[in-house]
Amino acid sequence: MAAILQITDVNKSFGGLRALWDVNLTVEEGTVHAIIGPNGAGKSTLLNCLVGRLKPDTGSVTFEGRPIIGLPPHRINQLGIARVFQTPEIFEDLTLLDNVLIPAMAKEDGAFRLNAWQRVTRRRALIEEAEHILEDVGLADQRHRIAAALSRGDKRRLELAMCLIQKPKLLLLDEPTAGMSRADTNNTIELLKKIGEKGITKIIIEHDMHVVFSLAHRISVLARGTFIADGTPDEIKGDPKVQEAYLGGAHL
Amino acid sequence: MFKRNARQDLIFFLVFSAFVLSMPVLLAPIGAGYPDLLQKFAIYGLFAIGFNILFGLTGYLSFGHAAFLGVGSYAAVWMFKLLTMNVIPAIVFAVIISGLFALAIGYVSLKRSGIYFSILTLAFAEMSYKLAYSVLTPLTNGETGLQVKLRASGPVTDLINQDVRVLDAAMGIEENGIPAPSLFGLEITGWQAFYLCAVMLIAGFYIAMRINRSSFGMMLRAIKSNQNRLNYTGVYPRPYLLAAFTISGMYAGLAGALLAVTDPLAGAERMQWTASGEVVLMTILGGAGTLLGPFLGAAVIKYFENIFSAINENSLHAVLSFLPDPVENALVSVLSMFVGEGWHLTLGLLFMLIVIFLPGGLIEGFNRLIGLFTRSRKQTTGENREEA
Ligand SMILES: Nc1ncnc2c1ncn2[C@@H]1O[C@H](COP(=O)(O)OP(=O)(O)OP(=O)(O)O)[C@@H](O)[C@H]1O
Ligand SMILES: [Mg+2]
Repeated sequence: MAAILQITDVNKSFGGLRALWDVNLTVEEGTVHAIIGPNGAGKSTLLNCLVGRLKPDTGSVTFEGRPIIGLPPHRINQLGIARVFQTPEIFEDLTLLDNVLIPAMAKEDGAFRLNAWQRVTRRRALIEEAEHILEDVGLADQRHRIAAALSRGDKRRLELAMCLIQKPKLLLLDEPTAGMSRADTNNTIELLKKIGEKGITKIIIEHDMHVVFSLAHRISVLARGTFIADGTPDEIKGDPKVQEAYLGGAHL
Repeated sequence: MFKRNARQDLIFFLVFSAFVLSMPVLLAPIGAGYPDLLQKFAIYGLFAIGFNILFGLTGYLSFGHAAFLGVGSYAAVWMFKLLTMNVIPAIVFAVIISGLFALAIGYVSLKRSGIYFSILTLAFAEMSYKLAYSVLTPLTNGETGLQVKLRASGPVTDLINQDVRVLDAAMGIEENGIPAPSLFGLEITGWQAFYLCAVMLIAGFYIAMRINRSSFGMMLRAIKSNQNRLNYTGVYPRPYLLAAFTISGMYAGLAGALLAVTDPLAGAERMQWTASGEVVLMTILGGAGTLLGPFLGAAVIKYFENIFSAINENSLHAVLSFLPDPVENALVSVLSMFVGEGWHLTLGLLFMLIVIFLPGGLIEGFNRLIGLFTRSRKQTTGENREEA
């Protein structure tokens, strides 16, 4: 298997706080790679460095062999990286259908296209695709509602649909089930398994170990800004260092 | 009611066009049935419709759009002076020049967002205003304003005071005195002027409607809703914003050109910040982001401006003469603050009331009324937001 993402010696400080400390990570194509770690470990910061929200102080990140540090967010997305944020980032004032259509248009039209004359309603293929995706995440019956009216869990699913419609090569999920009920969490796990079959590589950050062990092929443990362990789920379960850092000695 | 369905849009557009063209009859009962006022509705309606493409769709609040109006007026008058009194070159040139001007100002201003963007646009417009009075007087004729003059018979030494109208001259068009703007021989004054403005308004409205329903329009709305998400969705917002800014600048230029067509004189006061503020008021008053709102806001403001600014102390005394003298005098001195020159005080109050009670503008008011009537028939679920 080839590495789709390669993170090498990445460092990031906020003032005196060293949030990432010589971080190295290789993500293999087609796998689900979980990153776990206690609150404030630097997980979201690492994702921010991948999508262009933050620029690491030192180190390099390559996606499909191509350096991406310093690229603006829209360029990184156009290369095939999509992200679900820890707090849902959606178009609150637009309908669910529009929310999903926008990323679809971005994928088809590129970062900018002055398409001021063609009616959105004429883009039948995209609309159909958007309706399909909404069906996949279980929001089809609400497609004409304004997104602001959704529950937090539904917003997450909408955001997931917005990413999925772009058929990204790499999908970054920052706590995709946080704030969801048990039933919704299980639905999301099923959904992520289903899209896993489409061969999208995923990095998933999650506190819910049930989700992690249901999905991950590989787990890396981040603590205080640096990776302290990396392995298959079984290896991680038995690693005393992980239990020490992450669970304060309790058993996984 | 007017969702994005093409057929419904067409009906909506036809109703709008019919209304605009029959304003002279429809609005006669409220005392607005004369061309001077109606063409103002159309011209400022265009200005606001264009402004709405930037402000209503993207949420970027420009405080300098009057600069493009002014540039449009100057450009049009120059065409009258240099080329021909035909309005077509004047209008086309004005739209192009104001578009270029907007492209440049937008390029710089859009490096910032929020209040910093607003202040940058305000600064550019005030600079233009001051420049028009100072170093640019060879182009603007300073405080006197740029005017159409007699065609020079001999050698031309001073283009400000001697017109050439090379095209008209080449075509052998005779001039007795200072000519009026024309459209292939038809003089554009009075009702002709109104109908020219009305046709422009209808065209401008149609283009705005298409933009509203297009993929481009959707991206503009996405910018307003969550620019951050849009970035991570692979869209580069800056060129979208610049395109919206430029288009709205071109609308302002068109409005400026029509002001020059209906009264061939361009002055710098058209660029002042108060004029920029007025278009903001019109758009918000009518309903920012809606199709009809900006035109409605412009018409309402120009209508009331016309009524209130015509009232003076004498007319107030006349109306209130039945009251005892001390009461009459007290009342007149209070009311006179709100009329005539003080009309802006009334406008300010009106604006405050709207923003507080109807933040979606007059259109929201109408939608609420319609909602009241239809609720009994159909359960409103909040699923369909009105967009007209
Ligand atoms: N933009 C920022 N400016 C300053 N400090 C920041 C910034 N972003 C994150 N931090 C700090 O960096 C550290 C790592 O934060 P990060 O959000 O990456 O943690 P996390 O692992 O995602 O935690 P959680 O599980 O709570 O989401 C924290 O101490 C946080 O306060
Ligand atoms: Mg986090």
